[in-house]
Amino acid sequence: MASKRGRMAQEVNAGSMADIAFLLLIFWLVTTTIASDKGILNILPPKQDPNVPPPEIPLNERNIFNILVNANDQLLVEGEYLDNTESLSDDVKAFILNFGDPNADAIALYNSLPESLKSQANRDPKSSDHPLTGGAVVSIKTNRGTSYDVYLQVLDQVKKAYFEIYAERVGITAEQYRALSGKNAAEKELIDRGKADLPMAISIAEPDKTGGN
Amino acid sequence: MSKFKKKTKVEVNIPTSALPDIIFMLLFFFMTTTVLRENTMLVDQKIPEATQLQKLEKKTLISYLYVGKPKNTAMYGVEPRIQANDALINTSDIALWVNQEKDKRSESEREMLTISLKADREVKMGPISDIQFELREVDARRVLYASVGKLD
Repeated sequence: MASKRGRMAQEVNAGSMADIAFLLLIFWLVTTTIASDKGILNILPPKQDPNVPPPEIPLNERNIFNILVNANDQLLVEGEYLDNTESLSDDVKAFILNFGDPNADAIALYNSLPESLKSQANRDPKSSDHPLTGGAVVSIKTNRGTSYDVYLQVLDQVKKAYFEIYAERVGITAEQYRALSGKNAAEKELIDRGKADLPMAISIAEPDKTGGN
Repeated sequence: MSKFKKKTKVEVNIPTSALPDIIFMLLFFFMTTTVLRENTMLVDQKIPEATQLQKLEKKTLISYLYVGKPKNTAMYGVEPRIQANDALINTSDIALWVNQEKDKRSESEREMLTISLKADREVKMGPISDIQFELREVDARRVLYASVGKLD
C-alpha cells in the first residue's frame, strides 16, 4: 500500500464505473417501457352517407340494454337509477347470457357454452332473446356534458362483461384473454374461439346536445 | 543487442477503463431517442383509469391525439383543446392531420392506423364526440382510449 502512494501516475479504480453505468442504463430502459400504449380499443362505426339514411334494424326493447349518462354524470341503466358503475358488468353479463327466446343457432351456441356460463342463463322473457347478431345489444348514450371519465368507466364495465364471457368460454382468466395479442396461430385461435358467435354489440349513440359545449 | 528488445513483462489485465464510456454512450443513445419521440405537452394530461386495458402490438401504427385543458390558459383559454404532434389544432384540422399520418405509413398499414386518444379525465363528451365524428369522416375508425390500470 505504501509503495503505491509513491507512484507518480496514480490510477483511479474505474472497474465499478461500468456497473454504475449499467444500473443507470437498466433504470432508463425499465422506466421508459412502463409508459406503454394501453387503453380501451373502440372501433367507430363507418361514415354515414347523408343521402342514405342509416338502416333501421328493428330491435325489440327487451334486446337492448340501455345505459344513459346525463350531464351530471348520473346513470340510468334499464330505467333504474344507479349511483356507481361497480355492479354494471354483472348486469350486462346477465343480460347477454339471458337466452330468453333463442332460435336454432342460439340453442346450438348455448349448448357449446361451458357449464359455468350455461348456469347464468336466466331465461327471463323480459330480457334479451339471444346473444347472436340481432340479439342482445348494449347501448350507451351520453350527453355532451357527460365527463369522459364516467363514459370510459361505463365502457370499461361493458367490455369487462364481454371479456369475462369470452375468457370463461376458452377456460382462461379475463386478464389472460385480454393479454392475447393474436401474434401466433394458437393465440389467434383462442381469441376467435372466445368471441365466435358472440359479437361485442356495443352501440355508442351520438351524444345529445343539452348541457355541454 | 537488437533494437527490438524482447518484452519480458507480460500484461495480463485487459484494460476496462473504456467500458464505462461505452455504456454511457449506450445510455445517452437511449435517453436521446426516447426523449425525442415525446412531444412537449401543451395540454393537461391526467389519463383516466380503467380495468379492461388492451395493449396494441404494433406501435408504429399508433398516432396520438392529446385532449385537455391548455397549460397556457392565458393564451389558449380554459376550454379543452386538441394537440397533435407539437401544436394545438382545431377540430376541423383533424381530417388533414389524419391524412398526413396515413401518408407517413405504407399502403398496407393505413387501414390499421389506430388513433390513441389521450384525453384528460376532466374533458367532457362534447369535444370527444366531435373528434370521433371527424375520425369517422376520414375513415380512421380504430380509436384507443388511452387509460392507465386501476389498482383495486
